[in-house]
Amino acid sequence: MSGSVLARPPSRSAARDGGFNRDRFENGVLRVLRPLVIVLLLVVAVFPFYYMVLLSFRSLDSLLQDPGALWVSVDELNLDTYVDVLTPVADGGQGFGTFIRNSLLVALGTVVLSLLVAIPGAYAVSRLQFFGRRQVSALFLAVYFFPSILLAVPLFVFFTRIGLRGSLVGLLVVYVAQVAAVSIYMLRNYFTTIPVSLEEAAAIDGCTRLQAMRRISLPLAMPAIVSNGLFIFMIAWNEFLFALLFLVERRDRWTVSLGLSQLSGSIEVPTTILMAGSVILTLPIIVLFFASERLLVGGLTAGAEKG
Amino acid sequence: MTQLAGGSGVTGPAPRVPADPGPGGGRGRRGRLPGGNRRSQRSREESRTGLALISPTVVIVVVVVVLPILWTVSLAFQSVRLLNIRTTGILGDYTLGNFTGVLTSPGFLQALLTTVLYSVLGTTLAISVGLAAALALRAPFRGRGAVRAAMLLPYVAPVVAATFVWSTMLNPQFGLVNHVGTRWLGWDEPIAFLSARSTEMSLLGWDVQVPTALLTVILFEGWRSFPFAFLFLTARLGAVPEVLDEAARVDGATPTQRFRHILWPQLVPTIAVLSVLRFIWTFNNFDDIYLLTGGGAGTEVVSVRVFDYLTARGDIGAAAAQALVLAAILAVLVGIYLKRFGKEEEQA
Repeated sequence: MSGSVLARPPSRSAARDGGFNRDRFENGVLRVLRPLVIVLLLVVAVFPFYYMVLLSFRSLDSLLQDPGALWVSVDELNLDTYVDVLTPVADGGQGFGTFIRNSLLVALGTVVLSLLVAIPGAYAVSRLQFFGRRQVSALFLAVYFFPSILLAVPLFVFFTRIGLRGSLVGLLVVYVAQVAAVSIYMLRNYFTTIPVSLEEAAAIDGCTRLQAMRRISLPLAMPAIVSNGLFIFMIAWNEFLFALLFLVERRDRWTVSLGLSQLSGSIEVPTTILMAGSVILTLPIIVLFFASERLLVGGLTAGAEKG
Repeated sequence: MTQLAGGSGVTGPAPRVPADPGPGGGRGRRGRLPGGNRRSQRSREESRTGLALISPTVVIVVVVVVLPILWTVSLAFQSVRLLNIRTTGILGDYTLGNFTGVLTSPGFLQALLTTVLYSVLGTTLAISVGLAAALALRAPFRGRGAVRAAMLLPYVAPVVAATFVWSTMLNPQFGLVNHVGTRWLGWDEPIAFLSARSTEMSLLGWDVQVPTALLTVILFEGWRSFPFAFLFLTARLGAVPEVLDEAARVDGATPTQRFRHILWPQLVPTIAVLSVLRFIWTFNNFDDIYLLTGGGAGTEVVSVRVFDYLTARGDIGAAAAQALVLAAILAVLVGIYLKRFGKEEEQA
């Protein structure tokens, strides 16, 4: 909007020459096109999620009768889908409660373990000169780009061999290995923005390096650590390939992602019930995403050196 | 882990302690300046602390990532099946059989071609849409923050949920897209988007065979990863100096001219990086295609094929060989790209 205001002076002066004015024409086209593009992209991005929620409240019969309905009336509103999806298998439900527990265990475990190894690692990479620092950084970057299917082959074989397939611990270890490297990369960038002079000041006051790290840099890096933790949680919660490889044979160990994908392959479970499972899978991620968006707005170190 | 870090903190002297003659102090006596002595002392302490802090991550990455990958290389040269895995050692009978078998097996080249097509088109689509979104949302308006956040949904949502809702919407029997298509857009019959290898379409009077399922998974890839490009490009656009744009505007440059000559040169490096990243990730992508089509209907990419060899056939040697070929081709393609684009960027 402000763009069009600013664009006026030259177009007016050019208009004096008369005839076809390219600038005015383009501005006019863009003024129409821009909102159109925004609305279109917004619909494309959001509609599938709206539709997911919508279907989760309908029964399969009403879906089959009218596939085109884009809203659900109050008397048609159906919460049985959620009840059914969360009821344990023994009671005739789909047992998503167990899946949620498994997913939470793995995801939270991954967050805690990854942060435990990644925070000191990121600090070391950003602050300390040590032998092999560049090589280590290169190794971590390589891990980030490695085809996970290439890693899937040996890990599948290895876990089969030592009998860790079907165990959440095995999955946890794999997640930590993949995520810790990335998270060191993310945290490193933040640590470098914290002025070294703050730690030097702490050192003059008699702190050892690790005290300075714990008391000065860590609290200052908290926003980055928290958002990094959320990021790790999202990765672990969403992960599919390794969960499929390791856990597929044990239904009581399925994660939500795996459970949904396995049940959607069978014809027995109605689509709308699985849509409720889909909402259960997606909702925590969306909540966390919007929460971390706000968290990232924090300039804690701004002005720390002046005072 | 924390104990390890604490331990090295005890051994390392605090930076303010002057020239503590520690265990490594003998080195400095070779007629160096005292300042140099102190520095090397401190740098050695720093090096020790650094290694101690980084080692847990290095250990876990080496054990769970690097060693397994080396093992894959070993497996690829052996005739291993899931059934005889317990009897296979590191030193087995090495053979090239897996590679010749894989390279000559029917469908491998087709899968490779599909992978390349999928990655190139998916990457292009994602970056184009992401660029359009970033440009459209450049000028501020009320609620822009919320719109930007909403645009990121496809990227952050769990892949299983996203593929599930799309395959429901594309379902030929009760899917919304086919409902709209047959009712409002005049389609003769529902399209099996995810299970039809090709559909005949008349385009300007020509009957063209369209690879339906492949196009659908490419479009899905574009939908799912355009927010990533959008995020990067928005950040880059925010860093373009306003002055440039304004100067061009005062000189009477039209919006397209300003884009072509002011914004585009600024965006090219970002787009180059994005292309590499997205290409790598799409090339390796397993989840999306496996969940949407299971690799059927002409959408079998190499990673899905590796998975099938690994689980359904239990042919570990062949799976490892294919995964290695995939990684090698990826490395070569990215290498070529970097070589060409790296030079162009230097010239620009």
